[in-house]
Parts: sequence; C-alpha cells; structure tokens
Amino acid sequence: MIELRGIERHFHVGDQEVHALDGVDLAIGAGDYVSVMGPSGSGKSTLLNVLGLLDRPTGGRYRLEGRDITTLDEQDQARTRRERIGFVFQAFHLVQYLTAAENVELPLVLGGMAVVERRARVTAALEELGLTARAAHRPEELSGGPRQRVAIARATVTHPAILLADEPTGNLDRRSTADVMGRLERLWRAGLTLIVVTHDPEIGDRARRRVRMVDGRVASDESNPAAGDPSPGIDPAAPFPA
Amino acid sequence: MVRRAALRHPARSGLLVLSVAVGVAAVIVLASLGEGARRYIGDEFASLGTHLVLVLPGRAETAGGIPGMIGGQTPRDLTIADATALRRSSAVREVAPVAVGEALVLHGGRSRQSAIFGTSADLLPLRHWKMAQGRFLAPGDLERAAAECVIGARVQRELFGSEPALGGWLRVGDRRFRVVGVLATEGRSIGIDVQDLVIVPVAAAMQLLNSSSLFRIMVGAPSRESMERAKRDVEAILVARHQGERDVTVITQDAVLKTFDRILRAVTLAIAGIGGVSLVVAGVLITNVMLVAVSQRTAEIGLLVALGATRGRILGLFLGEAGALALVGALAGLAVGIASNLGLEQALPQLDLTPPLWVLAAGPAVALGTGLLAGAAPARRAAALDPVVALRGS
Repeated sequence: MIELRGIERHFHVGDQEVHALDGVDLAIGAGDYVSVMGPSGSGKSTLLNVLGLLDRPTGGRYRLEGRDITTLDEQDQARTRRERIGFVFQAFHLVQYLTAAENVELPLVLGGMAVVERRARVTAALEELGLTARAAHRPEELSGGPRQRVAIARATVTHPAILLADEPTGNLDRRSTADVMGRLERLWRAGLTLIVVTHDPEIGDRARRRVRMVDGRVASDESNPAAGDPSPGIDPAAPFPA
Repeated sequence: MVRRAALRHPARSGLLVLSVAVGVAAVIVLASLGEGARRYIGDEFASLGTHLVLVLPGRAETAGGIPGMIGGQTPRDLTIADATALRRSSAVREVAPVAVGEALVLHGGRSRQSAIFGTSADLLPLRHWKMAQGRFLAPGDLERAAAECVIGARVQRELFGSEPALGGWLRVGDRRFRVVGVLATEGRSIGIDVQDLVIVPVAAAMQLLNSSSLFRIMVGAPSRESMERAKRDVEAILVARHQGERDVTVITQDAVLKTFDRILRAVTLAIAGIGGVSLVVAGVLITNVMLVAVSQRTAEIGLLVALGATRGRILGLFLGEAGALALVGALAGLAVGIASNLGLEQALPQLDLTPPLWVLAAGPAVALGTGLLAGAAPARRAAALDPVVALRGS
C-alpha cells in the first residue's frame, strides 16, 4: 500500500544542508500497524509528514495505493489527504471555536459532502469514539483524553485507508494514554493502516512492526506478530475505569 | 465557519466593520451633499429661465479700471428708468427690474413677515412661473405703482385661509394692494421660497422699501444666438445713460453656469477624494487585521491543509472573511449614511439630500472591492503557508 524508495528530504539551515531523511526505503502493507521510533532529530516526524503529503520529499519515489504521489499536483494531493489519510497530532489541533461535532465535521465540509450524509457520518464517528454525550462541547470544555478522541473521530470520519499519529499520547496522562491507544488499535483491528510516531518505547512496543530511525535512515525494522492484541487491563470497549 | 471566525475576535472585527462603515457613510453623505448642492444650483438657474442676461449695479471686475473714478465711491444706482431704456434694443424681448426686501404683510387679523418682490409683468415668462389663480402683474409703464399684488401659495394659505384671496386686500407697510393672482409655482428663487413671496409692481416696491436702486434687472433675449448682442446693447445703453461710466455688471446666464460648473466639478472631485481616502484607510486596516488573523490562525490553517483543504480553499476562506466583513461594514455604512442624510435634511431643508443611486451602488461596491483587494495579500500568505511549519507553530 505504501512504498517509499530512496526518499530524501533536505533542508537548508543557513549555509548548512540538513538531511532530515537520507534515503529511506520502506514498504507498509494494508492493515499494518507500524510504530516509528527514534531520538529527536532522527527524521521520524519528517517521515510522517512525507507519508501524509504535508511535506514533499526532495528525492526518491513515494507510491501510495499503486499511484506515484510525488508527481501529483497540489489539488490531487489535497484530495488524497482528504480521502485516504487521517492525521492525529500530539497537540490535538482542534478548532477552539467549533464544537466537538463541528470539529469532526470539518473534513467532510472541506470535501463538499451533502449535509444529511455529513450528519450521519459525524454521529457515527462520535458514537464510535464514545463522544455522543460530548458532541456539543467545545475543546476547552474537554480534558486531554476526550480531546484526542475528538481528533481521532475527525481523522476517521472520512473513512481513510491510513491513520498517521504523531506522538498521539504526548500530552496525555497514563490513563488517557491507555484509552487513546486502545481506541486507535480498535480502529486498526477494523482494517485501518495505523502508523504511530513516538519516542515512548511503551507505546512503540505495542505495534506489530517497529521501525527505528537514526539520522534520517531506517536503522532497524522488526516485526512482533504477537503485539497489538488487547493487553490485559486495557479493554477499549469497556467503560472508563472507575 | 467564516462567520464564527469573525465573531471570535469581536473587537478586531468590530473595528474593521466600523472603519468600512465610516468610509461608506462618508462617501454617501458627502456625495449626497455635493449632488444636493449641484441640484440646488442647477434648479436655481433653471428657474432663472433661459436666454437670460443679468444686470447688477456696481462693477464686479477690478481689471480695466475706469479713468477718473474716485476710489470708495458707491456705485451709481440702477433705476427703473434704466430698465425702461433697455427696451429700445431689438435683441431684448423681456425686461424685468427686480427690487427685493422684506416687510410685514397683513390681512384681516392675520399677519406675517414676507419677502417683497418688486418687478414687472415680464418676470412671469422670464422665470416660467405658473399661476394658480387670477393673473400676473399688468404690463405697462414701469414707473406706475399700481396697487395690485400677486402672492405665493403659503402667503395665501396663512393670510386668507379658506376665504378667497382673489380681489382681497393686503396691507404691506403703509400701502394697500389688491390681490390679482396666486402663484402655483413652488421651489426657490435667489434663495427665497416662491411660496413666501408677495409680488408688487417695481415702482411700488421701491417706495415701500425706501430704496433708490434696483437689486438687478433681468433681461430676456429672444434666442440663445441673440444673447451676446443683447449683452452688448444693454452695456451700451447703460454706459450712455451713466455718462460713459461702466458702473454696472452685465452677465449672461451661460457665463454664470460655466463658472458654477467649474466649481461643482472641483467640489465633486474633492468629495470623491475625501470618500476615497476614508476607504483607503479602511482598506489598510483590513489588510492589517487580516494579517494579524493569518498569523494568529497559523495552526488552524496548517490543520485545514492536513485535513485536505486545497490552497484555493484557504485563499477563498480568508478572502471570504475579508469580503464578508467589508460587506457588513458597507451595509452598516449604507444605513448610517442614509440616516445621516435624513438628519441633515432636517437641518438643511433647502437641500434635497436624496443620495444619488450611483452612490448607493458604488459606495458599498467600492468597499467590497477594497475589502477583497486588502484581503488578497493576507489570504495569499495564508494559502502559501507550509503546513508542517504551520502545525508546529502552535
């Protein structure tokens, strides 16, 4: 589904050239659960931005679902982002003056979907993430966990193929971390390709496949077929622990 | 979404709307004043009639000084005899000497202060006035102070009420005049409301007002072509009568109209300039406010890109916000402008301040255009933001 070949991303900082990505080869299949780890500055966030078409590689090829993405024009890239890719950010990036439901609705509005269909999708997405009661709340009225759940609902309301999560639990406490990871993994089990960038080994070890980045290159890439199953004590379907 | 983004910063958006509103209101009020003044002056001249030559006592120009004239000397009087003499020219069809003053007018128990207009029968065709009842002053010898008068509609209403005015007696000062006619004409003439006039034979007015000089003499030429000849004849006759001294000013209506045209064009330009400046100020403010908005909403813009918004969409969003705020401001300005006009009309009843249609259309249109133009640079900046940097920037 995702095929990166010799991907490079160079920045110019002053006179120096920084190689954020320095020849990355990576293939990710449909329905995979990949964690990308590495020290800061290793290029893991840049990799995620390239995967999400927020950043254009300066070299190499990126094929997504069989299509060469690097040659698409701005319009087609925006459409691909809108329809095939969902983002979850560390800082949530919810629009403060919109309610939870309206935040979730935003990508559908951008896609030009009809109101009736939009409402049905939003209702379903909110229910999926246990936010039905919070639909009319504004982000400032929600704590970290529910905020990230709203962001996840927004990322998945378009039914994307890939969910890209950049430090999704970086701003959350332990309990919310378990909740949010459980939610993401449940979506993965439902067929979503999940890619999580994190510096937290506890989060990274949950993935089926762990990619380690160092200095803009893939340093290690190992599989863990047993991982990703619901661990004891974390049951995303269960009500919030008392 | 756009609407709520604007409401999120009520002070900022309010300021913007206010500046646009002030600009549009200023344009409307100023243009209406200019138009009102133009219409007022235009009407004044139309009411003077066509092919008109005006004779005023005294010399308006200082150039071409008259030899032997003693400084500080008051101008020689313009007399009824002067007016009569003008009839000798074949280029002169009508001669209406005018004496103007104010006096207390009484009838029965009622009285009012009225403008007294002393003139001749020729005034009616010269001014294109219409009679409601009766006739105008009788033609004949200008020196004869016949005891008859013609009154304006308001004078009739206030002094006679429901009783018939024709044939009634009016007391003006120490004289009595029989009402022979009532004017139908409304509007104004040399700044006096025609409805307030009491018109009497010029000789009677001169005695009544105790004045030795006419206010002016209105001379009508039979055609536009004969106006220049009429002017020359009038000057020649009066110079001859005044012992060779050019001590009157003779002007044609054309010359006066041209002068006012020049003035009004300048006034209109100035008005357009003032209105333009206020809209430019509003435009600068819009640009500033939108630039602040773009920098404050960087993360939101990055998010929208991540959610699949195209550059065009972001551009449209910010242009739409600028346009919407400008539109609200323009509508508010429209309302304020029209309300101010109504207020001004109360204060200046002689001016018709109905805003011209082109201003009502152009004011808001220019405001909207300014808004979009001013919003273009910030919107382009928003659309050009690197989403990676934008998302990090929060």
